[in-house]
Amino acid sequence: MLDLQNVSFGYSREQTTLNDVSLSVRPGVSVGLVGESGSGKTTLLRLMLGLIRPTSGVIRFGEESLDTGNSAFMQRYRRAVQPVFQDPYSSLDPRQRVIDIIGEPLRSLRIPGDRTQTVAEALEAVGLPLDAMRRYPHEFSGGQRQRIAIARAIVARPQIVLADEAVSALDLSTRIRIVELFKTLSEKLTLVFVSHDLGVVAALCEEMIILERGKVVESGKTRDILAVPKHPYTQRLLASIPRMPA
Amino acid sequence: MSPVETSVSRREQRHSLALTLGLALVGINLLVALLTLFWTPYDPLNASGGRLEAPSLLHWLGTDRLGRDLLTQLMIGARTALLVGTGAVAIGATVGVSLGVLAAFATRLADDVMAATLDILIAFPTLLLAMLVVAASDSASLWTAILALGLAISAIVARLTRILAKRVLRQDYIVASRTSGTSWAGVVFRHVLPNIWPTLSVNFALQFGLAVIAEASLSYLGLGAPPPNASWGRLLQEAQGTVYTAPIGAIAPGIALVALVIGMNLLADGLRDIGDPTRGRSR
Amino acid sequence: MTALLNIQGLHIRAGDKPLVSDLSFSIRPGERIGLIGESGSGKSMTAMAATGLLPVSIGVSGSIELDSQQVVGATDSVMNRLRGAAAAVVFQEPLTALDPLMKIGRQIAEPVRRRLERESGKTSKDVVQREVRDLIDKVALPQPERIINSYPHEVSGGQRQRVAIAMALACRPKLLIADEPTTALDVTTQAEILKLLDQLVRETGMALLFISHDLPVVAQVVERVIVLKNGVAVEEGPVKAVFGNPQHDYTKTLVEAARLFDEALGATG
Repeated sequence: MLDLQNVSFGYSREQTTLNDVSLSVRPGVSVGLVGESGSGKTTLLRLMLGLIRPTSGVIRFGEESLDTGNSAFMQRYRRAVQPVFQDPYSSLDPRQRVIDIIGEPLRSLRIPGDRTQTVAEALEAVGLPLDAMRRYPHEFSGGQRQRIAIARAIVARPQIVLADEAVSALDLSTRIRIVELFKTLSEKLTLVFVSHDLGVVAALCEEMIILERGKVVESGKTRDILAVPKHPYTQRLLASIPRMPA
Repeated sequence: MSPVETSVSRREQRHSLALTLGLALVGINLLVALLTLFWTPYDPLNASGGRLEAPSLLHWLGTDRLGRDLLTQLMIGARTALLVGTGAVAIGATVGVSLGVLAAFATRLADDVMAATLDILIAFPTLLLAMLVVAASDSASLWTAILALGLAISAIVARLTRILAKRVLRQDYIVASRTSGTSWAGVVFRHVLPNIWPTLSVNFALQFGLAVIAEASLSYLGLGAPPPNASWGRLLQEAQGTVYTAPIGAIAPGIALVALVIGMNLLADGLRDIGDPTRGRSR
Repeated sequence: MTALLNIQGLHIRAGDKPLVSDLSFSIRPGERIGLIGESGSGKSMTAMAATGLLPVSIGVSGSIELDSQQVVGATDSVMNRLRGAAAAVVFQEPLTALDPLMKIGRQIAEPVRRRLERESGKTSKDVVQREVRDLIDKVALPQPERIINSYPHEVSGGQRQRVAIAMALACRPKLLIADEPTTALDVTTQAEILKLLDQLVRETGMALLFISHDLPVVAQVVERVIVLKNGVAVEEGPVKAVFGNPQHDYTKTLVEAARLFDEALGATG
């Protein structure tokens, strides 16, 4: 569905943030992008969102290649691929009502239908009450805001949701509930989850891609990688994770 | 009530008092200004009484050195002040915000050039700049002054807008808006402008007051609009010689000037809170 | 053995809003305690109160005895003597905990010099410099010359946190308070810093108060935990007991959540 072939990106000539990265997002197969700071995962996400163009390599969406200049194509692409960001406090416009925040994709992508009804369905899908529509972001907690952000991401019924550390800024008890929400949603769409937290990725994603310093060092089924990590970086990563006492 | 709570509610009380007072002061000015479009007590241009008459039932504020009714002149002065304030801020806001938003989007080099240019413009004292413009133009008309002041204001507004817009553009909700398919124009109108409005509106109100004072200064120096456009500044200048014998001639326009500017400043806070959804409590 | 830190009936209030209610616990010399809580639990407030670092607008009542000295209501001069010697703090965000305009060498030298003044009065440049290098070595920072002459933004997050730990150690405190010291770090860096803290605490015999929301992280470094919810201690006990058999509902939720992610990772490698 979404393929990156030999994609590289550098903000300047000397600095390559991503080096020859190839990956495939297949329908219905949730995939986790794991990396620490400096791994290039944020850049990878921005490439997949069509916010920046690769310096080399190709990104294909279905049959077509991702052309950020083609507005008709981008309309279709944006309808199909939506993001959820990390910081619930900066990803919602504080001066907009929830109904307008969630409804923005419907407006900008010119999606037909009763906007209020569609927003209501999205709110229901994320477990928020309908009266949230008339309220403002500051009236909600971090976890609830993240639900609003997720509602915005799914309102246009996208094929892929790209979550960028979407639970990292949440408390543990909230985190688990949002992870459960993602799990439910991933039944109807394909989830691409970027995170440094292997535990979260392991709970959500069938497949995993491990990034180190702009390169893919390991990829495959989550279960397999966790059982037998092949690359030394993966091994180090797994060994570093603090575990619960038995 | 605990100390923290009482100070919050007291602050809210002060706020609404300030807002009411501000509205009252500016409102009075506005009403008077509008009234002069249809009616004034006397003819502003010609004498209607003796020279420098003291306040009486016929002439509530007395007459000036040419026998013209002072109240009439004062009322028209209100119209001039509001016209200048509104006009200058309107020009300054339109030009300034547009430039500022463009600058916020500009590439590093263009942005640096623009910022430097603005800084140079701002370094010029507003009054001096206005005087230069008025002197450079052939006619000293009200519109020249408004234009000059508007340009001076636009530089300040542009710089403020640029900084505020840049801060907003760094937020995730801007990226979210783009990935929702919104165009950059849509992002500016739907997200950037509403979020910079609170700070900008306060600034506009303050600039209004400064513009009114600047115009009064220009008129005082004889560079302002000629009659029939009476200006409080000109009234002050004319009353200079007779300030001891007929003090009302200086006191009245002085008070009017102060009242309008203070009223606008008081209104400034109120403007910011209007339409601010987070004015209540945030979680 | 008298407790190093003895908190009894601590109440912390911001105006009318209670941040911490009736908190009591104590730390004996050499003991390692974990304070677990989510945001709004009051865990950081407690640490700040213990070192007298809360702003005046925040009301503190109850008793906090640090090294037998009452902290609640203590004057600044009393607290200044206590801070560093009795307790030192390592904060979460290494970027803001260090002065961005001062070279690292100078920043580490500051607490060193203060301690030397207090103890022996000998603060010659050589003595201070030697101690600075010693500390840099203790926190396993490579290339001491480079570190000493660098500014905070020129080194990595993990290295900055090591510097913060070095500065805390420089005071030779009896109690080290670490407030979410690894939350802002990468997983691999976190593991290194936790190992470092563990080793240093063992070597120096310091007591440790480790504050975090991350259950497995806390389990790595402490023996006893206190679970805070909205400023109230809901459960307390040895790590194994609290994590293995949580009594309070809130603790159960936290432990379940932590176990869920832990189990997803599969058997311990």
